[in-house]
Amino acid sequence: MGTLGFDLLALQLFAGVALGAIYVLLAIGLSLIFGMLTVVNFAHGAFFMFGAYAGVFLAARGASFWASLIAVPLIVGAFGLLVERFLIRPLYGRGIDYPLLLTFGLAYMMVEGIRIAFGTLGLPFDTPESLQGATDIGIGFFPTYRLFVIGATAAILLGLWLFLERTRYGLIIRAGARDPQIVRVLGVDVSRVWLLVFGLGTGIAGLAGLLAAPLQGVSPEMGGPVLAEAFVVTVVGGMGSLLGAVVAGLLVGVTVALTSLFVPEMAKVSIFALMAVVLLVRPQGLFGRPGLLS
Amino acid sequence: MLRIEDLHAWYGPSHVLQGVSLEVNRGEIVCLIGRNGAGKTTTLKSVMGLIEKRRGRVVFEGQEILHRPAHARFALGLAYVPEERRIVPGLSVRDNLRLGLVASPEGRRHEAERIERATAAFPRLKERLDQVAVTLSGGEQQMLAIARAMISGPKLVMLDEPSEGIMPVLVDEMFEMFRRMRDEGTTILLVEQNVELALGLADRAYVLDQGVVVHHAPAAELLADEAIQERYCSV
Ligand SMILES: Nc1ncnc2c1ncn2[C@@H]1O[C@H](COP(=O)(O)OP(=O)(O)OP(=O)(O)O)[C@@H](O)[C@H]1O
Ligand SMILES: [Mg+2]
Repeated sequence: MGTLGFDLLALQLFAGVALGAIYVLLAIGLSLIFGMLTVVNFAHGAFFMFGAYAGVFLAARGASFWASLIAVPLIVGAFGLLVERFLIRPLYGRGIDYPLLLTFGLAYMMVEGIRIAFGTLGLPFDTPESLQGATDIGIGFFPTYRLFVIGATAAILLGLWLFLERTRYGLIIRAGARDPQIVRVLGVDVSRVWLLVFGLGTGIAGLAGLLAAPLQGVSPEMGGPVLAEAFVVTVVGGMGSLLGAVVAGLLVGVTVALTSLFVPEMAKVSIFALMAVVLLVRPQGLFGRPGLLS
Repeated sequence: MLRIEDLHAWYGPSHVLQGVSLEVNRGEIVCLIGRNGAGKTTTLKSVMGLIEKRRGRVVFEGQEILHRPAHARFALGLAYVPEERRIVPGLSVRDNLRLGLVASPEGRRHEAERIERATAAFPRLKERLDQVAVTLSGGEQQMLAIARAMISGPKLVMLDEPSEGIMPVLVDEMFEMFRRMRDEGTTILLVEQNVELALGLADRAYVLDQGVVVHHAPAAELLADEAIQERYCSV
């Protein structure tokens, strides 16, 4: 252990944070959508995958990675708006299982649609030139692109936090997550707020897909495993809690990174073990409110 | 200003309002009384647009509103303070008040000034603007709920049992405030269990029983009519 070295451990921790950043981006969208709309969005992974393919599509037409960073969340979020408006909205008030089944089926259709349009095989995705290579972060060299992912995630979280805490829409969203009826009585058309939240959550998922593409390439099935992990993150953090999504996302990322270092064969199982432990000790998750689903 | 005609409302299969008719004129305080389960809350909710299954006519400022969503009724100048107060957990007193302004562009432009004015009558709220609202006492929460409903300057405000669970001194203070609100031009539709106090304040009163209006009269007249009070309002 002594020779394994502090630096290697620290680097691996850092890798865990980079991995966790992607989970965080997916989980905040899931959590926001669940907290406001009580919709468990099983298509969230498919929106993630759409984001990656939107990046492929734009890159093939000469768009820079930087332009895609702006365009992809807008495109995927716009698609999310359509999905909420025309598919999910008719199901409000019918119980949690209707939108769950709908988004479950939608995810299959989105994956098939991409297979038809882009082929069933995975595609590589180039790391933007200026982010290739490694950077010295004091404890050793760390892939520059991963640093960028961490920084971009932090910026998105900061922006989201400012939006929620400092703007009128943020106030409506915070209040609407707790008590939609009083928000309606105070003159707000909550269905528009729900539309916005679904667009926001799916847009961020699309952006996460684009950010993940250079790390893992793109494939029609890339949304599956990451959705399972994002669900673990929301459950560990507490359904509907944004702070929970952030903390649990990083926790899960670090758990995966450290188990891959010490007991690689346990890496996949470790997060579910983590979830089981958290659920035994705190059934509502680290930051969840008890009884949200009851 | 507000006219309800033959209003019916259902919760699932149970037919709760069975043809309520009443009228509130501009500048009046109208009181709605009746024993538990008579349908008072359901009447207010129907006027605000919170009951899905309903039939009849609700006319506010000359417009039929029965099929409009709640937020559109707010835009016409209707405000509602529910029985449970519905202070939003997790938000500060200030944010709860700001929530009363989010749907009013005019109010948003003068937010600080509106909050100042809305809390002028409630020194206790003013001192606690940045406190989490659910830590307020029951009476303070009721004051906050009323201030939040009034901050946008509605034409008519409906209050559901505002005195419930509040200590008597504060109730007197609150009723004094209702009187001032009326004098400043707000019309009030008040549901109260505290019949004597409410009749002392109101101009007119309606008595509701089992989903229909069984009596209506000037408040002073009802106050003197112990037989009616005995029959429909005692628990
Ligand atoms: N959400 C609901 N679902 C089913 N029935 C309801 C619901 N709310 C009220 N009721 C029933 O409708 C009837 C009228 O209720 P409402 O709350 O309007 O009475 P109220 O006059 O306000 O009574 P209280 O003085 O107790 O507040 C009652 O019989 C009540 O049990
Ligand atoms: Mg009631």
